[in-house]
Amino acid sequence: MAFLEVKDLQVYFPIKGGILNRTVEYTRAVDGVSFELEQGKTYGLVGESGSGKSTTGRAIIGLEDITSGQVLFEGKDITDKKAKNKNFRKDVQMIFQDPYSSLNPRKRVLDIVAEPLRNYEKLSKQEERKRVQELLDIVNVSPDSIFKYPHEFSGGQRQRIGVARAIALKPKLIIADEPVSALDVSVQAQVLNFLQEIQKELNLTYLFISHDLGVVKHMCDNISIMYKGRYVEQGSTKDIFENPQHIYTKRLIAAIPDIDPRNREKQFEFRKEVTKEYRESFNNYFDSNGLAFGLQSISDTHKVALPEKG
Amino acid sequence: MWKFIVRRLLVTFPQIVFLSVLVFVMAQFMPGDALTGLIDPNISPEALEIQRERLGLNNPWYVQYVDWLGGLVQGDLGQSFRFKMDVTALISERVMNTILLSLVSLIFTYLIAIPLGIISGRYNDSPLDSAITGYSYLGFATPIFIFALVVLWVFGFMLGWFPTSGSVAPGLDAGSMEYYISKLYHALLPGLSIALISVVSTIQYLRSEIVDTKQKDFIITARAKGASENRVYNKHIFRNSLLPIAAFFGWEITSLISGTVFVERVFSYPGMGLLFLESVTGRDFSVVTALVLLFGIASILGALLSDIILSIVDPRIRIK
Amino acid sequence: MSNELLKIKNLSTSFRIGDEYYAAVDDVTLTLNKNEVLGIVGESGSGKSALAFSVMRLHTKAKIEGEVLLNNQDIVTMPKSKLDKIRGDEMAMIFQDPLTALNPLTPIGGQIEETLFLHNRKLGQQGRKKRAVELLDLVGIPNAERVFEQFPHELSGGMRQRVIIAIAIANDPKLLIADEPTTALDVTIQAQILDLIRELKEKIHAGIILITHDLGVVAEMADRVAVMYAGQIVEIASVEKLFENPLHPYTRSLLNSVPVEGQDTLHVIQGVVPSLKNLPREGCRFAARIPWVDASAHEENPTMHEVESGHFVRCTCHEHFYIPDQNEEKGEQSNGIS
Repeated sequence: MAFLEVKDLQVYFPIKGGILNRTVEYTRAVDGVSFELEQGKTYGLVGESGSGKSTTGRAIIGLEDITSGQVLFEGKDITDKKAKNKNFRKDVQMIFQDPYSSLNPRKRVLDIVAEPLRNYEKLSKQEERKRVQELLDIVNVSPDSIFKYPHEFSGGQRQRIGVARAIALKPKLIIADEPVSALDVSVQAQVLNFLQEIQKELNLTYLFISHDLGVVKHMCDNISIMYKGRYVEQGSTKDIFENPQHIYTKRLIAAIPDIDPRNREKQFEFRKEVTKEYRESFNNYFDSNGLAFGLQSISDTHKVALPEKG
Repeated sequence: MWKFIVRRLLVTFPQIVFLSVLVFVMAQFMPGDALTGLIDPNISPEALEIQRERLGLNNPWYVQYVDWLGGLVQGDLGQSFRFKMDVTALISERVMNTILLSLVSLIFTYLIAIPLGIISGRYNDSPLDSAITGYSYLGFATPIFIFALVVLWVFGFMLGWFPTSGSVAPGLDAGSMEYYISKLYHALLPGLSIALISVVSTIQYLRSEIVDTKQKDFIITARAKGASENRVYNKHIFRNSLLPIAAFFGWEITSLISGTVFVERVFSYPGMGLLFLESVTGRDFSVVTALVLLFGIASILGALLSDIILSIVDPRIRIK
Repeated sequence: MSNELLKIKNLSTSFRIGDEYYAAVDDVTLTLNKNEVLGIVGESGSGKSALAFSVMRLHTKAKIEGEVLLNNQDIVTMPKSKLDKIRGDEMAMIFQDPLTALNPLTPIGGQIEETLFLHNRKLGQQGRKKRAVELLDLVGIPNAERVFEQFPHELSGGMRQRVIIAIAIANDPKLLIADEPTTALDVTIQAQILDLIRELKEKIHAGIILITHDLGVVAEMADRVAVMYAGQIVEIASVEKLFENPLHPYTRSLLNSVPVEGQDTLHVIQGVVPSLKNLPREGCRFAARIPWVDASAHEENPTMHEVESGHFVRCTCHEHFYIPDQNEEKGEQSNGIS
C-alpha cells in the first residue's frame, strides 16, 4: 500500500462563453495524472506556468474540485471532499509560494501558528503558547517574537513561520507549492536546508512543486515533469537528470543556466542542438493537439510519454 | 464585444421588468385609485363600485398589472387628477426641459471636473491639490439645494446676470431663434448649480485614477523612451485615466436625476423634477408613479450605457 | 579614442523616509566599455535596481549625487530636455515585468512607433511602421504584421518581453540596461530571451548592463561582474575570475548557497539583508553577518582594493574569511539571530 496514491487525476475548469454565459469548453488543467508517494521521501512535480503542477497539489489537499480520478491516502479513498475528514486535514498540510500574502497581516505570529492547534487540540493558553514557542524554535525564529506581526519579519522568516504553522499538528505529508520561488538565493538556502532537517526529524513526506529544476534536483528523490496537464516523464532524480528521454525534459534541462562561465559556449551549443531536436521531432513526442502521449515504462523507475509502439 | 453587449442587454430587460413590478406594487399601496379625485363626492358607493368593476379595479393584482403594463407600452400612464390631463401629455411637456437642463449640467460638469481632476492628480499633495480636494469635501458634505440657493442668490438676485425662474422668457414664439436662446439662458444657472456639486465625485475619481496610473510600470517605460513629462501625461496617464471616467458617464446620468429634482424646485424650473415634487406634495399619485418609473428606467439605461462605453473604449474587453 | 562608454563616479541615490534621506546606492564607481556586458548581481535590497534607475535618471523622488557620464555627458546634471533626447535613443532599458511594462490601451505597433517618433522625426508614418515591423521581426516575433495591430493582453509574457526589447533597441542605443529581464519568465522562455539579447548584442554593438539576482544568468551572459551588497559594490572582476576565485565573503557565501551537484547541505548566510533605514553606515557592511571573523580583520573605512589586474574587492576581511562547517555554523546561529 502506497502512502499517497493518485490515480488518473483529472481537474477540468469550465470556460464560460456565448451570450448566455454557459460552459462551452473545459480547460484541462490536470489531464490524467497518476503517481505514488513513499513515506519519508520527497517527490518533485516540475513544470512551467500552465502545466497543472500547482492544480495537482491543490486538488489533492482539496482546494480544487476533482473532476475524475482517485486519491488514496494511507489506503483510504479521499477523492471526495466529504471524505477529507479531520484526520486527513491534520495529516496533510500545505506551504504556499508567497510568504508575503499567505500570512494574515492582522494576526500575530502566535495566532497564526496556533490556528491549526486551536482547531484540532484543546490546549490551555499556557500550553498553546509553549507549543508555539517550541515550533518557532524548530523553524529558527526567535520564540520571543510571538506577539509580532508578519510585516515585522523578512521573507525567509515569514516562510519559516508558514512552515511552523504547517508542522504544528505533526502532519505526515506536506504539499509545498513553490516554497522558495519568491525568496532570494541565500534565504532560499535557509528554507531548503530547514525543510530537509525537519523531514528527517519528523519523517515527513513532501510533494515538492517547483519550476526550478536546480532546486528540485537538490531536494527530490523522484521527479515528474508536467506539460499542459499531463506527465511527460517520471523517474528517479538520476533517471531524469542523467538519462532524460522526453524532448521536453531535455529542453527544460538545457534551459537551466550553467553556473560555470567556462562552460558557456558548450552550454549554448547544447541548447541549440536541443532546440533543433525539439523542433524536428516534435511530432514524435506530442500528439496532434500538442499534448503528451501516455506513459510507457522504460525501466523499473523510469517512465516516458511516448506513442504506443506499433 | 458584441457578445458582451448583447449579454448586457439581456440583463437589462429583466431589470426593467422588475422595476415595473416594484413601481406597480408601490402604486397599489398608495391610498386611493384611478377614480379618486375624478368623481363627485356625492356619488353613491354602489355606483362607484360599478365603475370600479367596469375599469377592472377589482381584478386580481396580476391582471391589473398586465392591464397597466399594456397601457404603459401604448404610452398610457393614467390621468393626473391635479392637472386633469393625461400623465403622458403632462410629462412630455416637461421632459424636454429636464433633458436640456441635464445636458447643460453635464457639459458644465465635464468642463469643470476634467481640468480640476487633472491638476489635482498630476500635482497631488500640492497646495492646489489640497484646495481642490478641500472643495470636494465641501461639495460632498453640502446638500445640493443649499448650493443652488446660494448660486441663485448671488448670480440671480445680487448680480442679476441670469433669470431666477422659469424655463423660457414669456411672450416668445416657440420655434424662433430667440426662444431657443432664452431656453438655454434659463438652463444655465440651474445647470451650473447641479454641476458644481456633481463635479466633486468626478474630480476625485479622476484624481485617484491619475495618481494610480502615474505609478504604473508602463509610465516608466514611456519615460525611458524619452517622452517628455507633458507627453507622458497627455499620451499615457490622462488617456488611461479618462477611460474609467468615460465609463462613469452613464452613472453621471443617474446622479443628475437626483440633482434636477431639488434644483428645479429652487429655480422654479418646470422640468420633471419640479413636477415630481409638486406631485408628491399634491398627492398626485399617478404622476409620481410614472415619474418614478421613468427615473428608474433612466438609471438602468445609464448603467447600461456605462458598460457599453467601457466595452468600446477598453481593448481588453473589446477584443474577445 | 577611448573604449569607455559609461563612467559612473561616486554615485549615491538617496530616498526620503520621514525627514531623512537614506542612500540606497552608496558611493558607486563603475565603468562600462563599448560592446561589454556588465552583470550586476545582488539580492533584493542590494540597490542594484536603484542603480539602474539612477543611470537612466528614472527616479522621480530621489536625491542623486555624483556623476553618470555617458560618452562624457553627465546624465545627473543635464537639463531635462537634453535627457529626453538621450533616453530611448543613446540609452534604453528593458524591464522586469513584461505584463505591466506595456500600455494596455495602445496597440503594440503604436508603442514601438512612439520611440521612433520621439527620436527620428525624419522617418514618416510609413517609415515608422516599416521599421516597427522590422524590429518585431528582429526580436523573433512571428507574424510581425499581425502583432503590430494587437494589444499587449493578446500576447504571452515571453512575446511581450520581446516587444519591450524591440522598443529598447529601436534607435540603436549605445547603452542598454536590462533590469532582471527574465525573472518573471519561465525557464525555457528565459533561455530564449537570453539568446535573443546575446544575438542582438552582436548586431547593435551596445554596452549592456545586466541586473540580476540569478548567478546562473550572470555566468552565461556577462563579461564582467559587479556584486552589490547593501548599496555598495563589494567586488568587481571578470566573470571567469569571479566564479573561479571569488574573494569577498558575500560573493563566496552567495555562490555557496546555490544548489550544485553533490552538495548535501546548502550554505546559509546568517541574518538578513538590512532594510534601507537600518543599513550599517560605518565599517564593513557585511561584518554583522560573518560574526566568526574577528573584528580586527575589517577595515575601519572599507575601500576597494585591486587584488589582481581588474579584480577589485572591498574591505580586507576577505583575507581572514572562511566558510565555517555546518556544526560551527549551527552553533553560531542559535546565538540569538532569529
